[in-house]
Amino acid sequence: MFGPLTVNPSKSKGDKTGSWRVRYRPHYLHKNCIACRMCLLICPEGCVHGKEKNAFGVDYNFCKGCGVCADICPKKDIVMVPEESREEDK
Amino acid sequence: MKEFLEGSHAIAEVIKSCKPGVISAYPITPQTHIVEDLAQMVSDGQLKSQFVNVESEHSAASVVLGGSATGVRVYTATSSQGLFYMQEVVFNIAGMRLPVVMTCANRAISAPINIWNDQQDSISLRDAGWFQVYAENNQEAVDFHLIGYRLAEDKRVMLPVMVCMDGFILTHGMEAVDMPEQEKVDKFLPRYNPLYKLDPAQPVSMGLLADPDYYMETRFAIQETMKESLGYLSDISREFNSVFGRDYKDLLVEEYQLKDAEKVIVAMGSVCGTIKEAVDEQRAKGKKVGLLRIITYRPFPYARVCEALKNAAKVAVLDKAVSLGAYAPIAVEVKAAFYGKKQGPKMISSFVAGLGGRDITLETVHEIFRRLSTKEVNSDFVDLKPELLKEEYGE
Amino acid sequence: MENSPLFKSGHTACAGCGQAIAARMVIEAAGANTIIANNTGCLEVFTTKYPETAWGVPWIHSLFENSAAVASGIEAALKYLGKKENINVIAQGGDGSTADIGLQALSGMLERGHDILYVCYDNEAYMNTGVQRSGLTPFDTNTTTSPSGSQSSGNIRPKKPMPEIALAHGIPYVATASAGLPQDIQRKVKKAISIKGPKYIQIHVPCPLGWRHETDQMLPVAKLAVDCGLYPLFEYENGVLTGQKKIVPKPVEEYLKAQGRFKHLLNNPEEIKKVQDIADNNIMKYNLKAQA
Repeated sequence: MFGPLTVNPSKSKGDKTGSWRVRYRPHYLHKNCIACRMCLLICPEGCVHGKEKNAFGVDYNFCKGCGVCADICPKKDIVMVPEESREEDK
Repeated sequence: MKEFLEGSHAIAEVIKSCKPGVISAYPITPQTHIVEDLAQMVSDGQLKSQFVNVESEHSAASVVLGGSATGVRVYTATSSQGLFYMQEVVFNIAGMRLPVVMTCANRAISAPINIWNDQQDSISLRDAGWFQVYAENNQEAVDFHLIGYRLAEDKRVMLPVMVCMDGFILTHGMEAVDMPEQEKVDKFLPRYNPLYKLDPAQPVSMGLLADPDYYMETRFAIQETMKESLGYLSDISREFNSVFGRDYKDLLVEEYQLKDAEKVIVAMGSVCGTIKEAVDEQRAKGKKVGLLRIITYRPFPYARVCEALKNAAKVAVLDKAVSLGAYAPIAVEVKAAFYGKKQGPKMISSFVAGLGGRDITLETVHEIFRRLSTKEVNSDFVDLKPELLKEEYGE
Repeated sequence: MENSPLFKSGHTACAGCGQAIAARMVIEAAGANTIIANNTGCLEVFTTKYPETAWGVPWIHSLFENSAAVASGIEAALKYLGKKENINVIAQGGDGSTADIGLQALSGMLERGHDILYVCYDNEAYMNTGVQRSGLTPFDTNTTTSPSGSQSSGNIRPKKPMPEIALAHGIPYVATASAGLPQDIQRKVKKAISIKGPKYIQIHVPCPLGWRHETDQMLPVAKLAVDCGLYPLFEYENGVLTGQKKIVPKPVEEYLKAQGRFKHLLNNPEEIKKVQDIADNNIMKYNLKAQA
């Protein structure tokens, strides 16, 4: 008999840590992006995606709102906005 | 073919025939001869294993854990403090369901430091989730390693096995041993085919955090597997007999002169050789005495013990270990086995002998049979030297 | 929607965790043909809570202190199977499991010459258990077991020189890195795995919770540690210093005042001077000063 033992990564969905955001969320302005990929590189969650200029985005299911992507963006094209103002991303 | 071999060398030879991919050990008396011989075999190219010389038993157990998790057969051996030092890894290996096989060359525990034999080391790790089998002689010690790998790697089992053999008495004793031929070993013990392993072709995570929603089932599964394995041992024993021609019956207990026995000693390991001789002496005088030898201590064969002892009037359980402040380890199990049973011994006395290498002689055994004539005793130490004991501290 | 199949979203690290960034840099640089052995600690807990795993590579956790030994067994098994040439083995853990409780197992692994990269994620205290002092906690740090008080200005000892200890084993590659310079981590990991034998990389990883700074200050704080000389970045190849991150040294006070764990030092110039001496010594020792 076996109990819980191993996990196959392809079956792992991860926790939806986006619910942790309480204060701010990153808002990608898509104005001055140069596709340097620094936001994608630095995200502790690995939840930033994108390839082309002004086409990067974040998976809010996982984003914890730490603000590191906004901090590293050389063009200040990512800003942290209060979590309540969800309208901006719709 | 029978060969006259030192116990440790016989173990090294049988491990060679099992072809482990990774061997790791740290030296501790009386385990050393086993791993020295294996190191030489690797050095001579007779054994194609990775022999990893580590800086501690903790790492020895961790290395074989890592090797086993990568899908290869592994081996380690230790004793006494070494086993205690690897204790947290020992529990971990069972929890991770890795089929590690280890030899424990049984030795006393510090303090005071003592390199001689008793069974306190392995007994103290009885709750770890390892099978524990105790050899009476070197033939059994050899055979139990083959059986150990078969059992551990059984896909229904996937649990580690500790083959316990009394330090010095067996490890350094010379005996004639029928060494298993390689073709027969290959027939009995196929290549290890892991259920799960670390492999980039099929990544898997092992050793995860299990919170209260998941933890209990991991322990329950081991508990159930242990219980089920009592039966698997009989099957494996039968197959072993068909290949090698040696019959260990159900591998749980050995009954010696039990049929009409009124007084029975229950014991484990090499001391049973001495007890058999004492039983023979008393039988020659017409006394109805016998021996129940425990072979498998974990899982504990409660039903078999009850069956074997149901007609015995008086039972003496001989422990070569103590649970300080409580009943002795094997005695606890035997008493528990009969709790609530209608039929069973009128008396189950418990004796402690042979600690730290004190000889258990024929006279010791006769003395235990004599003490069985009086009232029931618990953890009664045999062969004590009263002159060494004082009520108050003094130089 | 996943950008990293090797270190996936949905792990439960705190927001702004430097270790999470560094761990992703390491595994992305090492690639899919890698097996990881992980010590107990934050990284283990936040990536592998059953039934989830963040790891897309084969990954194993056994105990707090034995990843170096478990990795040794993995490497030995791969050698036995004839697969070692194609598979990287990484052992990793935090500063406590590396420099304190796991130092013996690590020393054994380095001494035996296994082809393994050991990565120490150095957040300078036992963060997983609540910010207790470790052997890599810096001098004068306020932790829960080295609290500042009327008789103490925090941790009484400087960091254990782990890179030097690793180096003393005569291993071919030793480097330090910082979560503040993620591309540098990747370069060093790629170099390390191209070298046969034992390798040691120690990465400075800010812990917003334990260091007490805002989550979005992870990068500036990490960079300040490098720029003031308190966390020198260097590489040793075959025992020789082959590279260091040159800096125009900033005063340590800038680094200290960015974090709550050093708040008690701010009106204590005598103690700040002692910390500055440590940085100055590093700057000399590793020749960190950029040419004007």
